[in-house]
Order: sequence, then structure tokens, then C-alpha cells
Amino acid sequence: MSTHFFADTAVLTGRSMRHITRSADTIITTAITPIALLLLFVFVFGGAIETGTDNYVNYLLPGIMLIAIASGIAYTAFRLFTDLQSGIFERFHSMPIARSSVLWAHVLTSMVANGLTLVIIVGVALLMGFRTSANLLAWLAAAGILALFTLALTWLAVIAGLTAKTVDGAGGFSYVLIFLPFISSAFVPTATMPGPVRVFAENQPVTSIVNSIQDLFAGQPVGRDIWIALAWCVGILLVAYGFAMAAYRRRIA
Amino acid sequence: MTRMNTIEATPELRREPAIRVQGLEKSYKELHVLRGVDFDVAAGSIFALLGSNGAGKTTIVRILSTLLRPDAGIAAVQGVEVTSDARRVRESISLTGQFAAVDEILSGRENLVLVAKLRHLKNPGDVADDLLAQFDLTDAGSRKVSTYSGGMRRRLDIAMSLIGEPEVIFLDEPTTGLDPEARLEVWKVVQELAEQGTTVLLTTQYLDEAEQLADRIAILHQGRIIANGTLAELKRLLPPAKTEYVEKQPTLEEVFLVLVGNNGTNESRKEQS
Repeated sequence: MSTHFFADTAVLTGRSMRHITRSADTIITTAITPIALLLLFVFVFGGAIETGTDNYVNYLLPGIMLIAIASGIAYTAFRLFTDLQSGIFERFHSMPIARSSVLWAHVLTSMVANGLTLVIIVGVALLMGFRTSANLLAWLAAAGILALFTLALTWLAVIAGLTAKTVDGAGGFSYVLIFLPFISSAFVPTATMPGPVRVFAENQPVTSIVNSIQDLFAGQPVGRDIWIALAWCVGILLVAYGFAMAAYRRRIA
Repeated sequence: MTRMNTIEATPELRREPAIRVQGLEKSYKELHVLRGVDFDVAAGSIFALLGSNGAGKTTIVRILSTLLRPDAGIAAVQGVEVTSDARRVRESISLTGQFAAVDEILSGRENLVLVAKLRHLKNPGDVADDLLAQFDLTDAGSRKVSTYSGGMRRRLDIAMSLIGEPEVIFLDEPTTGLDPEARLEVWKVVQELAEQGTTVLLTTQYLDEAEQLADRIAILHQGRIIANGTLAELKRLLPPAKTEYVEKQPTLEEVFLVLVGNNGTNESRKEQS
């Protein structure tokens, strides 16, 4: 690791953060779809959904956050793909900088941008009646899980960005991720789902993450869900990181 | 930084060449792009690598700029082999790729500041302002690069490559896709670079470009250098028909420049910026 790794990563992160602040629509677009879903499900479908809680916003918010992250990381794949196409990636790589900082800058930018999107969504949810009895520790735990989830998905996005042949290909993988929360406990409890769907829903990563954050926000003790959630996030992170680095090495070979 | 991979200078060369390529080979699966390329580039000279599309020019540049590993052979810059100490090679080189590698969303000045910061220079802002002035981009400096013309973009691209005063500069088809006026601007920059002692390796598919700029010209064909010499030396090899074609090109440019009412590059720069 080079002595300039942190300085170079900071400079390059500043660059891609500027891409986001220059195109404010990036943050708005990533926030607006989840917010629209939040409004739709709370004010249109919500009345007919029986979740066992008196406040559907509280129930729905964690799942909406995961949808926001899943769509937000598509922009990371897009930015990385654009860098590779434009040749600026090669310019950086032919310079005496810490090479890995080129990737890490995109990863950090993804963390910051998704964090901002989530803050906006929580703000809207508060206006819609989201209330929490979570203490500081529970908030930190929820933020930690969300950050870990974002990091894991961002490395998936890095794979897509490095290997895509077209712009559409770079972002397309995220549709699957955006769809996952719908077949989970994010919108309705899994108990009402038919057999096979229920088995899938209860054993896919989103459900355990949603359940953990719901419990944390409700100020209830978290069960074993949080350990399953952490295991999923760390597992996805390690596998995605491994494949991303392999794709990266192929790319610069 | 402790390892030294210096190649011993051959007795007949008093100065070590800035770039040394020997027996360089590279294949992509079944395709043998480079089949044993040899050439030296003297320090402070302009060397043109001439060849048609797909001849392997870009592959050589990518190997020399540490972006691609060769299958066999030697590629050394300032006496350092690219495969053994890529980091030290990167300290002394700069690459201007085939397509202007600039950040479209940032302004011209921000692009320059970005590179100056990555080169760990003390006053990135001053470096950027000086280069904007030198490349007649001061007025456009605060504008987003996506609004720039092709010539301005290429000028910015080259300006970014000069930051940190690299000893060796690679220009991969620096004028492809540019209009004649922008081409002349690039040529002027390249000549100024060489006057300041920078070694320039440029690839081109334009005969007149090599003719105008290069101290030595090598012709790359089917993965090998088939001719290497000064313009005068090469002219003796080429059939007359080819020479006629080379001589025609500047004339057409002169006609074009007269018709559009320009007698120098400075005026055209003002119009563009």
C-alpha cells in the first residue's frame, strides 16, 4: 500500500462527489422512487395491509431504505463504467498514484451518496408519521447494518462496472436487487405468503435485515435476525470483493 | 524505490536512450499483435510510430505506460523496465491516450487541479492557472469540459499530461479526429515540448504528421518495425508515388486555412476559446 493511498483516495473521492453534487438529479432520482413507493404503500395500499403494527410507515421504512440502496449503487457501476470508457481510468493508472485508490474513491462515494439519500428518506418518513423509540445505540446499530449492506452491494456494483460491455449492462443488475425486498418481509409479513414463496422470502438476506432494523427502530430487543443479517452482509461483501478484485486484475493485466 | 533495474548502455551510445524496446511481443489469444518489436528513442527527441489501424501502435504505448504486461521482450523507460518497477516508470512518464481522457463533468481548471493534486504538487491552483494560460484556455477554464470543442479538449488533455513535468510523454494518435487548425495547435505544443527537452513518443497514421514533427520515424507493420530512420533516410526507401502523396497533404491544408481566413494558429485559438 502506497504512502499516498489516503491522500489520493481523498482527492479522487472529492472528484466523484463533485459528479454527484453537479448532477443533483442523481440524489433526487435515487431518493424519489423509494419515496414514491413509501407514499403509495402507506396512503394507497397500506390501509388494506395487516402487519400487526399500528403504524405502517414504521413497518415499511427499513425495506424502502434497502430499495434506495439497491438503486443507488447502480450509479456507482455507471460512474465506474464511464471512467473506463472515457480513458480517465487509464490516465490515473499510468500516474504515480496508489492505484487501488481509484476503486476505493468510487466505493467511498457510493457510501456517502447512499447515506445522503437515506437521510432524505428518513426525513420524508418522519413527515409521514414515522416514529421511533430507538435509543442512540439502536440507531448506530441500524446505521451500521445499512452501511455494511451498502458496502456489500457497492462491491457488487464494482464488478458490474468493471465487466459491463454497455451502459445498460452496467446498471441493469440492480433491478434484481431492487426487486428482492418485494419478496421479503419488507412490505407484508411473510406469514401470508404461499409455501415456496414464503420459504424464499424468509431465507433471503433482505428479510433478516428488514426484521433487524424494524426491531431496532421499535426499540425492541433484536433476536437472532441481526446475526443472520450480519452474516449475509459480510458474506456478500467478501464474495463480491473477491470477484471485484479478480475483475479488476483482469482489467489492468 | 530501492531496486535499480538499469540497463547498461551499449558502448556506441553515449547517453542511455529514454525509451528502449527490444524483442517486444504481445498476443491477445490467437492474435499476435506484436511479434518482436525493437527500437530506441533518444532522450529529448520526437519519435513517431507510424502504422495503420490495428498495427499494434496502441499496444506498444500501453505496455510502455505500464497499463499492459508484455508476453516477452524488454520495454524500458529512463533505464527502468516496466515489468520490474512499474511505479518508478510512472514517475517519469505521462500518457495522452487515443481519446481525450478528461473529466467531462468537471471544469477545465478542476481537471488540471485534480491531476496536480494526484501528482502531489504544492500549489495545484497555480499550476492549473499557468497551464490554462499556456494553452489558451483561461477564458474557458471555469466551464464544464463537456462544452469544449474537440481541439480544446485535446489541448486540455495534453496540458494535464504535462503536469509534474514528466521526462517522457506518450501521445497516442494525438490528432486523430481533429480539424486541421486544432492539429496545427497540437503540433506546436509537441514541438515546444521537445525544445524543452522532453522525450516524445507519438503514434500516428498520418504520414505528414510524422514528417512534420518527428526526428525519427519507425513504421510498424504486422507486429514488427519494418523501417526506422530519419525522414531523409526513409524517403530513400519509399517509392516516389508515396512521396507525392505526402507532399500533397500540407498543400490542401494551406488551401483550407486560406479559405477559412486563418494565417496562424493563434487566431484560431482565440476563436475557439
